[in-house]
Amino acid sequence: MHFTDLIDRSSLRDDIPDFSPGDTVKVNVRVVEGNRERVQAFQGAVLRRQGSGVRETFTVRKVSFGVGVERTFPVHSPILQSIERVSLGDVRRAKLYYLRERRGKAAKIKEKRTAR
Amino acid sequence: MADKALVGEKAGMTQIWDDQNRVVPVTVLKVAPCRVVQIKRPETDGYSALQVTYGNKKVRSLTKPEAGHFDKAAVEPGVRLVELRVDDTSGYEVGQELGADLLAAGDKIDVTAVSKGKGTAGGMKRHNFKGHPASHGAHRVHRAPGSIGACATPARVFKGTRMAGRMGASKVTTLNLEVVSADVEREVLLVKGSVPGPRGGLVLVRAAVKGRS
Repeated sequence: MHFTDLIDRSSLRDDIPDFSPGDTVKVNVRVVEGNRERVQAFQGAVLRRQGSGVRETFTVRKVSFGVGVERTFPVHSPILQSIERVSLGDVRRAKLYYLRERRGKAAKIKEKRTAR
Repeated sequence: MADKALVGEKAGMTQIWDDQNRVVPVTVLKVAPCRVVQIKRPETDGYSALQVTYGNKKVRSLTKPEAGHFDKAAVEPGVRLVELRVDDTSGYEVGQELGADLLAAGDKIDVTAVSKGKGTAGGMKRHNFKGHPASHGAHRVHRAPGSIGACATPARVFKGTRMAGRMGASKVTTLNLEVVSADVEREVLLVKGSVPGPRGGLVLVRAAVKGRS
């Protein structure tokens, strides 16, 4: 364990759900407008998770009015009000960059069925 | 010169979030609580400084001159003696302990350390030379320094001409770094930005001497 991990401990969030690339998540982001704060949702597929510890980030991709939009958030960022996992994706790799070249139905991620 | 100074160890870098939820890159410095062994005064020594020690060293492994020096100050022997230059030594006394409580969040500091050694480095890395083109007829000269002077006059290379050679492992001071937080309990300083040297290296911290605070 590195000494810097002790410093990071206070910044780490424990209210982040388990999610992995391929999952569809709804990220509720706090947006400050002047002195007013509101929550904006960003929903899309998780393209990647990168890094570890306090520096870990994840990228969410959605298609908005026919234009692909990707946002990268630090997992432990305080601007995230919450992350909701909407659905589990069935994917075979950790980095889903191939989605960028796909449109429409081809860009759809299969949903993972869990045995119950 | 500074009015406050400390000794520390670079523990590494990480990041924290500030009150506006922005990421701040910080260097973690472990402050070695240090004890003043001797005070150098202009009247007696020609300059003013604090000679301090930190850590612990077995009395058995001290040389006799070292043991005598620590005995005279009645200070517990430390691993090393370091001098910290300060403007005014009147606020300090022998045996006093200096810790992270000397600094507070928002203070500007200068950090001095021995930078990482790079070994023998070429002109491009060592002096930011441009090198030569990758193509357009460049042949085996891509990272070469180019001309190092004229021909028959002066018929020599001027002293101090920048060339390849040993790089790094030199004393470097980074000025005007901001203290993000000073943790007195853990004796830790969080400094915004990077400081010279490897992890585990000795760093000297002093209150900033240049610029507006």
